[in-house]
Amino acid sequence: MQVPAPFEYERATSVQHALELLRARGPDARLLAGGHSLLPMMKLRLAAPEFLIDIDPLAGELGYIREQDGELRVGAMTRHRALLESDAVARHATIITDAERVIADPVVRNRGTIGGALCQADPAEDLSAVCAALEATVVVRGADGDRVLTMPEFHRGPYETAVGDAEMLIEVRIPLHPVAGSAYEKVERRVGDWAVAAAGAAVRLHAGVITRAGIALTAVGAGVTSGAAEQALAGQPPSEATFAAAAELAARDCSPTTDQRGSVEYKRHLARELTLRALRTATARALRGDA
Amino acid sequence: MQVTVTINGEERSADVEPRTLLVHFIRDDLDLTGTHWGCDTSNCGACVVLFDGEPLKSCTMLAATAAGHEITTVEGLAAGGELDPVQQGFIECHGQQIGFCTPGMLLTARALLDANPDPSEHEIREAISGQICRCTGYSNIVKAVRWAAENAPATTTTTTTTTGA
Ligand SMILES: Cc1cc2nc3c(=O)[nH]c(=O)nc-3n(C[C@H](O)[C@H](O)[C@H](O)COP(=O)(O)OP(=O)(O)OC[C@H]3O[C@@H](n4cnc5c(N)ncnc54)[C@H](O)[C@@H]3O)c2cc1C
Ligand code: FES
Repeated sequence: MQVPAPFEYERATSVQHALELLRARGPDARLLAGGHSLLPMMKLRLAAPEFLIDIDPLAGELGYIREQDGELRVGAMTRHRALLESDAVARHATIITDAERVIADPVVRNRGTIGGALCQADPAEDLSAVCAALEATVVVRGADGDRVLTMPEFHRGPYETAVGDAEMLIEVRIPLHPVAGSAYEKVERRVGDWAVAAAGAAVRLHAGVITRAGIALTAVGAGVTSGAAEQALAGQPPSEATFAAAAELAARDCSPTTDQRGSVEYKRHLARELTLRALRTATARALRGDA
Repeated sequence: MQVTVTINGEERSADVEPRTLLVHFIRDDLDLTGTHWGCDTSNCGACVVLFDGEPLKSCTMLAATAAGHEITTVEGLAAGGELDPVQQGFIECHGQQIGFCTPGMLLTARALLDANPDPSEHEIREAISGQICRCTGYSNIVKAVRWAAENAPATTTTTTTTTGA
């Protein structure tokens, strides 16, 4: 039987209360959101926090999806299921809907949160790449107020983010653009599994030209975004040749490892092919005005 | 710590360590062993219960988090000695063999039908995709859920309430 190591437990009653508890208990304290990454790690004793602050009671305060000031604002406790079922998300950030369809399974999606997913920063976690491709920003709150960070500032690498010991993620902000489209393509070994590899693309068009494309890969040891691929797309008219060149750059610009999910060669092949497919779909959606 | 939940319509309480997982709280402290406990890694879905009306892998929640919430286990499906249509469907269509996945499958099916009384085969397969069955190849489970959809009484009989996301 796998049980976590003993810990003290307290429920947060508000964001303010959670921050006070974090401050009082220092680095031994951890937030518990949906628990679908932290509890499995605690059961395996890969994590053993001494003090657990349950933020499940903040699911109301931090569970929202709303359009405001040209952005889609998503509260940190918004669950995968709510993202999957949101019309606003499907309309403005279809890449999220694409990803949510294949993140874990419906039962896990009832509990897992966007805040937990981004803060866990698992290398095979899907929403980090999705948010990076969308050029989302995240709001991190601490005693001194809010910091608004870009994904490259926030996401430091596997299991590491810019969130300090006495801080928490509050909100994710996705900029809205008039002629834009996005898509996510993932290959997994079986339904509900983590990615073997995945790619996200968010394309903005103006006067028949790509003004900006966000490209980000999952599970293949890539940077937060694929900078070389993004540069190759900016200012170009959308075409198969442009997409293929960018996909090639994205595949070159990552460092997958061989594991039980596949070989380096296979994953690099997927990185190329999935980037290509994501670009095609994202561009088609932008052209349909179907962001 | 004292944890109190409403389980199958009844308020139950026990004194447990904060690290107690909901599945063990239900099985060992509340003596409701209908909820099964399988992989322990949040993958198999044998431990699924309804938490405020939504399927939950109870090996992946602390009992402490569940305090104050409503839980339905397989023991709560039959009302007044009448089997829930999903239970009857599993009997009619041979939806189980060894029965290890069955409690979780029944509860997920109940939640699906509460939200969508006439699900397609695809919707049923999607709903149960987080739960593993090694006997039926899923075909008979899908048939059983369809049977329940087609033979449902006018009103459902669960004690759960559904809440938003
Ligand atoms: C069987 C299974 C399959 C899965 N498959 C996938 C998959 O295919 N793709 C995928 O992307 N994910 C997958 N996941 C992960 C899951 O979907 C959740 O996204 C993930 O568990 C994190 O969300 P959570 O709310 O459960 O976070 P928790 O487990 O509660 O927390 C994770 C970490 O984030 C910290 N944290 C949480 N919220 C905040 C906050 N607001 N501010 C600061 N820190 C915070 C916690 O302290 C902890 O360190 C899977 C999980 C399971 C169990
Ligand atoms: S025992 Fe909970 S998912 Fe397998």
